[in-house]
Amino acid sequence: MGGGPVSSNVLFDSPGPKARRRSLIFSIIALVVVAVIVFWAILTLAAPRLSSGIKLPGSFDPSRWDIFSDPRVWRDIGLGVLATLEAAAVASVLALAVGVAFSLLRTSVFPWVRIPATVVLEFFRGMPVLLIMLFILLVSSFGTFWAVVLGLAVYNGAIIGEILRAGIASLPRGQQEAGLSLGLTRLQTKSFIEYPQAFRQMLPVIVAQLVVLLKDTSLGYIVGYSEIIRTTMTEMLAFHGDRYKFSLYIITLVIYLGVNLSVSAFARRLARRRPAR
Amino acid sequence: MNAVIDNLPLYLQGFGVTLSLFFIGGISAMILGTIVAAMRISPVAGFRGAAVVYTEALRNTPLTLVFIFFVSVLPQLAPRLPYFASACVALALYTAPFVAEALRSGVNGVPIGQAEAARSLGMGFGQALTLVIFPQAFRMVIPPMVNVFVALAKNTSVAGGFFVAELFQRGKGLANTNGDSVIPILFGVAFFYLVITIPLGIVSSRLEKRWVVAR
Repeated sequence: MGGGPVSSNVLFDSPGPKARRRSLIFSIIALVVVAVIVFWAILTLAAPRLSSGIKLPGSFDPSRWDIFSDPRVWRDIGLGVLATLEAAAVASVLALAVGVAFSLLRTSVFPWVRIPATVVLEFFRGMPVLLIMLFILLVSSFGTFWAVVLGLAVYNGAIIGEILRAGIASLPRGQQEAGLSLGLTRLQTKSFIEYPQAFRQMLPVIVAQLVVLLKDTSLGYIVGYSEIIRTTMTEMLAFHGDRYKFSLYIITLVIYLGVNLSVSAFARRLARRRPAR
Repeated sequence: MNAVIDNLPLYLQGFGVTLSLFFIGGISAMILGTIVAAMRISPVAGFRGAAVVYTEALRNTPLTLVFIFFVSVLPQLAPRLPYFASACVALALYTAPFVAEALRSGVNGVPIGQAEAARSLGMGFGQALTLVIFPQAFRMVIPPMVNVFVALAKNTSVAGGFFVAELFQRGKGLANTNGDSVIPILFGVAFFYLVITIPLGIVSSRLEKRWVVAR
């Protein structure tokens, strides 16, 4: 791996017998510490608990997981997942469109277009998504789905706009000059020559931003859109009772980790496949 | 506009809570993130593994779920923390992996000759890291690190959904009680967020210009 990144192999000697032993001991200590914490957590979870006078069985007791043998519960969870994916999909498409529009306006040759676009873009980039969602929810009458979707679209659109602008700025100047000298208009040069290259170059960054967007659909929990977290942790919890809180939480967490890790893995593969230029 | 001016004390209270979430969460995330980054490049395989698992798990979990864990699931395990403390812990734990990743990319950006020089002078892993690599990595790390903190400043708003009376929650409450002037009230909230995020951006580009040249 010679010539690789600093963190790969330069910072320490390839370990000899003594260092290997020491490293093994540290590893075992780390493992033991983690194991003790996990063990303690499992013990505490498994112990029955007194909660406001009622004795709850331990968290691994079958009576706190039995709802998951009911297919209707899984249908409810599936609907929640669908609601999350639906919001994420619609918001992604809109965010890409908003991003292209923002980067076009921001790189305009006319100052009276460029400067207001820059101000608006900086404004949205500095806002919490949650606040944009609340604004849309309270000011319009679109309902919670569109509040989540439009909030995500505007915010992530501003960020994707900046990503695209950086992509265009990183292109060799000759690309634009060649386009213009062929007699294409500025808009034609942008859409046929600069954007396709910028998009390709920035694809991994854009996909990473779309993963963030997917995670941010969970803010629907706060503004009242029934995505997966609200479905499990509010609605199903209220319906099935508080003793399923832990099991519902674990299921939600596993679903989120599963979806996000697979999308992230896809993004990494995309980044590797990017042709060397 | 009047609704904003009349409620300025409430705004300022909320802004104060937001700022303390930002600073407490940020400093804890910085400390934790530095430890995680050091673990991630350490010679001990066990540390590396633990750091990778932590980073990947937290980076792929939405902040909302982290908050739910500390506000509603953890009280089943341990005594309940006050909401503000839970929010700080959630923000710090969520932000630390991003700090660690920014640091790691900075470490990888330090030319390999620097590490070789340090090692050839006889420095060990700890010395090479603290005396040679980190001081240079910190400079390269400034732009991505500022982005992490801008994201943290915006993420403090999630605490408003979990019973912490910070800026977002104050704004939501004010919008509910002053139904006729929702737009100015929410723009007031937006203004206070920009007070944090815009200076951070300016500081970052200044520092970038000053420090990146220095090497």
